[in-house]
Amino acid sequence: MSEMLHAQNVAKSFTLHTQGSVTIPVFEGVEFMLSAGECIALTGESGSGKSTFMRMLYANYTCSQGSIKVFHDGDWLDITTASPHSILEIRKRTLGYVSQFLRVIPRVPTLDIVAEPLVALGTDRKTATDKARDLLTRLRIPERLWQLSPLTFSGGEQQRVNIARGFIADYPIMLLDEPTASLDAQNRATVLALIEEAKSRGAAIAGIFHDHETRDAVCTGSFDVTSFKVGAND
Amino acid sequence: MTQMNEPLLRVDNLTMMYGDRVGCKDVSFELRPGEVLGIVGESGSGKSTLLRSISAQQEPTKGTVEYQTRIDGVRDVYQMSEAQRRLLMRTDWAFVHQNPRDGLRMNVSAGANIGERLMAIGDRHYGNIRSNADSWLGKVEIASERLDDLPSTFSGGMQQRLQIARNLVTSPRLVFMDEPTGGLDVSVQARLLDLLRGLVHDLNLAVIIVTHDLAVARLLSHRLMVMQQGKVIEHGLTDQVLDDPQHPYTQLLVSSILQN
Repeated sequence: MSEMLHAQNVAKSFTLHTQGSVTIPVFEGVEFMLSAGECIALTGESGSGKSTFMRMLYANYTCSQGSIKVFHDGDWLDITTASPHSILEIRKRTLGYVSQFLRVIPRVPTLDIVAEPLVALGTDRKTATDKARDLLTRLRIPERLWQLSPLTFSGGEQQRVNIARGFIADYPIMLLDEPTASLDAQNRATVLALIEEAKSRGAAIAGIFHDHETRDAVCTGSFDVTSFKVGAND
Repeated sequence: MTQMNEPLLRVDNLTMMYGDRVGCKDVSFELRPGEVLGIVGESGSGKSTLLRSISAQQEPTKGTVEYQTRIDGVRDVYQMSEAQRRLLMRTDWAFVHQNPRDGLRMNVSAGANIGERLMAIGDRHYGNIRSNADSWLGKVEIASERLDDLPSTFSGGMQQRLQIARNLVTSPRLVFMDEPTGGLDVSVQARLLDLLRGLVHDLNLAVIIVTHDLAVARLLSHRLMVMQQGKVIEHGLTDQVLDDPQHPYTQLLVSSILQN
């Protein structure tokens, strides 16, 4: 399997200047690799830093040390040192991220929000919108809601809009932060199917899953972030 | 088509002093076509001074502002002749003021406000100017029947949209915005943000936007520069600066936002 993402000797700490400049060490010496077609579950108890690590992989958080190389357009780029411009290009074409939060401009219709990542890639609006419709239908968002802003939706509906937006472009690498957290059984099954489809087209996936059933159903391996916590091996 | 990787604007060591007082100090950055740079910081941090110095409205004490012109290649905007600089400012550049009254002529119609910028670059055909003005009203979501009305009869949000139309009608490549959503109530802000984001994307505009509203900065800008006491203290990818701020002042700024 071809390697798509490689984190080497990564460390992370937070310095809280507003609270007496206390420094909170989080990780040290993290080694992580992700290849095409696999889905790795990031594991560790609540508060162990799974989401923090995922945000580092997305370059949303900086790293204090080490490198995170991403295979983008035939080249390896280190997102810990890449320019903002390169990071945005990587996110546009290579690295997808389904977060737990939906951040959108109020009043923009759901359909446009879901279609946007494809439009940004240069796909014509019609094709992008058709694909957005398919995804929203599969995720059981009623058609009467498509022209409304998702900010008025319930938590579960917002999450499904987020998932639709995250899966519309066939990103080579995908990061999924609790994609099934507040979903009912039917919708969870749909998300599992979407993950399976992404795997079979060769996507490299890292995910945080709150329940064992989901993890067992789609993951090909797991990565325990706890073993890289600062002081874990003392 | 401009080369995407060539910077459109290059600011180098820009410093503006008011006597002994620092307006802004040693600011350097590049901006590419299609890129939106947000400048945030509290009142008096030098944001507006910096914007004025970059946009050729106030000659800096030190440093250079270079722009990739359409015809003459890279030029230092403060080395141009006054005539060249004025032409640049009313064609390839645009400036959206916080108060639409500063960017509009209140005693002529909405259509004339848009048409004026076209006439300034030599357009003389009344029919073309009028239809172009009308089509821009549509793009900023103002009804055609308001074309002959005075801006003073418009709401604040409409005035701001008219100011944007007036600015964008000459197809500028670089737009400066000073708190463009500042005086508007929240529902009008959202509409304007949506409109701006669409225009930036569709027209591949480079934008420098000064705002004290971090939510606006997050939704519109690709990169963020944080200023304090005239200096850039943090500069990077917008979500990285806001979600994992490194500098004490940025941390204070981010942690002071009220959650809703």
